[in-house]
Amino acid sequence: MARHSSAPQRGSAFSLPGRRSATAGSAGSAGTDGFPDVGPPTGLDAPAGLDAPAGLDAPAGLDAPVAVLRPGTATELSSVTAPSAPAGTGPAGGTGPGAPVADGADVADGADVTAGTGAAAGPTGVGVDGTAVIQAAGISKRFVSYRNRATSLKERFVRRGGPAGEDFWALRDIDVTIGRGQTVGLAGANGSGKSTLLKVLAGILRPTSGTVSVQGRIASLLELGAGFNGELSGRDNVYLNASLLGLSKREIDRLFDSIVDFAELRHKIDDDVKHYSSGQYVRLGFAVAVHVDPDVLLVDEVLAVGDEAFQRKCLAKIAEFREQGRTILFVTHSLGLIEDMCDRVLVLESGSLIFDGAPTVGTTLLRQKLGSLPADGPVDWQYATVRPSSVTFSHHLGGPTTVQYDPGDQLVISVELDLTDAAPEHVYLHTYIVGQDEIPIWMMETPLGGFRLGPGRHVVDFAVPRLPELLGAFAVKVHVSDAATGAPVTTRRFEELFGVNGTQAGGLLKVDYEARLRG
Amino acid sequence: MSHLADAPAPAAGRVVASPPPGPPGGPGHASDPSRLARRSRAQTKVRWELLRNLVRKDLKVKYKGSTLGFAWSLANPMLLLVVYTFVFQIVLKNGVPRFGIYLMSGLLVWNAFSGSVSAACGAVVANANLVKKVRFPLAVLPLSAVGFAAVHFLLQLLVLFVVILVLGYHLLGPNLLLLVPAGAVALVFTVALSLLVSALNVRYRDTSHLLDVALLAWFWLNPMVYSFSLIQEKLHEWTWIYLLNPMAVVTIAFQRAIYGPPPAGSAGKPVPPAHVGYQFYLEHLAVAGAISLVLLWIGLYVFRTMQADFAEDL
Repeated sequence: MARHSSAPQRGSAFSLPGRRSATAGSAGSAGTDGFPDVGPPTGLDAPAGLDAPAGLDAPAGLDAPVAVLRPGTATELSSVTAPSAPAGTGPAGGTGPGAPVADGADVADGADVTAGTGAAAGPTGVGVDGTAVIQAAGISKRFVSYRNRATSLKERFVRRGGPAGEDFWALRDIDVTIGRGQTVGLAGANGSGKSTLLKVLAGILRPTSGTVSVQGRIASLLELGAGFNGELSGRDNVYLNASLLGLSKREIDRLFDSIVDFAELRHKIDDDVKHYSSGQYVRLGFAVAVHVDPDVLLVDEVLAVGDEAFQRKCLAKIAEFREQGRTILFVTHSLGLIEDMCDRVLVLESGSLIFDGAPTVGTTLLRQKLGSLPADGPVDWQYATVRPSSVTFSHHLGGPTTVQYDPGDQLVISVELDLTDAAPEHVYLHTYIVGQDEIPIWMMETPLGGFRLGPGRHVVDFAVPRLPELLGAFAVKVHVSDAATGAPVTTRRFEELFGVNGTQAGGLLKVDYEARLRG
Repeated sequence: MSHLADAPAPAAGRVVASPPPGPPGGPGHASDPSRLARRSRAQTKVRWELLRNLVRKDLKVKYKGSTLGFAWSLANPMLLLVVYTFVFQIVLKNGVPRFGIYLMSGLLVWNAFSGSVSAACGAVVANANLVKKVRFPLAVLPLSAVGFAAVHFLLQLLVLFVVILVLGYHLLGPNLLLLVPAGAVALVFTVALSLLVSALNVRYRDTSHLLDVALLAWFWLNPMVYSFSLIQEKLHEWTWIYLLNPMAVVTIAFQRAIYGPPPAGSAGKPVPPAHVGYQFYLEHLAVAGAISLVLLWIGLYVFRTMQADFAEDL
């Protein structure tokens, strides 16, 4: 799955908080035609258009959300994506509505989807509700420290009304809406709440506050072969496990051969599972989980087990699910996997959702965070007379802190300074925005002569009215100097980052260009 | 988020019994909300089929590798029958005629009850790995413990009937009909208590120890080894307090159904209150049934409330 060929698709695939309904993978297809023409036919054509050159099997299921794009969103997206996808989108507009249906094995389903959305959605679109498979609003999860929990009846009575324990918030106020057919990666450092979020969405853990609703059958690959009983044969375990996951006997009968073949365990299927090797055990567990025909597949790091051949098989199966338009949510530490497989990434940091958008941006952000560089200035800022104590990013002056931006958004960078009595009278600031490898992207300065600041706390706001077409995560580096003498006071490189969701994946900037064959 | 077992309603079973004949092999991902809802429900409602599979699994695991297999669980109560007959009728001479049959007719149902409840108590904890990793209707765990005990109970009852008939005692007759309401009350009461203790035991592990002790004492609160008429002689008009225990009522009803009134002219004391008609039993079964239903409501409520935190507490 070449990253470049899928770029146009991916570019439009992430859903930003501001435009939740832009869930579809192929919105780029809306093309240059502009919004009035964006009816179901154009939308549905898109996969076909993208398919041919890229070799990507654009999922039939992805079609559904396309028709649902809000008009405004469609225009916005199309204007953004069109130039960077010159190959596929142009001709797509001409194809008839029947085209995408001829997409391989999914003929029947494709037809189904087309009919369904055509009737329900119409060109004006419906709400997200129709396509949102997972909806989570305001999810918080608090774990009461084990020490402080009454674990016996005695404690229950003895401790009644005792002091509340120190609680641990594994998740804080997370809002996520995941549409049908999306492949979403969940990333974050260890202990950031990824697995907890997955379990909450799977309905295994109850959120302390907030609501979760999931449509359809969930297969959670939180652990392969969970619930297998070693004393039973592989056959019995398949039936039992599939039954737990909500299948009827008839359904299992139908799937049984396929499960056994996928696990490559035909010769051992009537042996007790306790005599399986760990690889065989895991294979059977995976085979059952993916055969239960899930609407939503939740995967937690399980792909890390098994040998390479098995991993490849798992990934192939997941890719197949993607093509079938199922919703997949997976937790992984492999950022490369996220870039390759996902339409969207959610980055968590100590239980908060800090980024929700394009995988390339999200992983860059995470990489920078994980490799957080303690790079400080020559004069340690902590001992300087002017201490840049914090930096915050927001959309508006004094607005809430936000780390995620789109090109064209306003960005306000607020630098807080602590001045001691010994601080220079006039303070001059150079503020660099640095990208990956500490490359300065642009620089902002205070007006000539600097600001006259007394001792105490001050905030300097740098307002960028329109962010350029950038892609990546950026940090801020502040140089403080004495405006009168020009002598440097201190330098601080903040670790806080903000991300800009530009739509091009092949570089930092978007430029206008034309490619021509000479002669 | 209340994925909850609304009791093992037969309707729940029907939902899954008729799966939509989707396109074979195909994912069939039509945007059909009712289908999605049904599939979602199949993962959160107790289904008969799942329950049956779990009970079958337990039976399979239990008798795996033993030659006699099922016969062991039948041999056990029969051996008890012989031993108790010997001890109580020949050595101690407690005066109850056909003591073995008398004992068994009450003991089998008690064993099923106490076996269910103590197995259910540990059911959720024992399947911690499953509870923490898979979304499924958690209530099937205690319910399958009840089912497991119920299967044994029915087979043991059958063997008891055979023994009675072989020994030539009276059995067949309208008295057997009493088994239906008595069995129903026993089932409701067992399910209720099983749900309750299985949920409580997740958070408060003392529950299982407490239950062990309670069952030991409770055994003697039922007229199985002694006769109910002894209680009536001692308690007189306060007998109703004794009969607030649904298992005591179930026990005497089972004795009336299987053991019957003592044959006329036997020297013993009137063992089950022979002087009272079926009316007496039905009235008390109704009260016991009401108590059981209240407990069932409590059990369901507690299980439903606590189950969302099982994965966290385990």
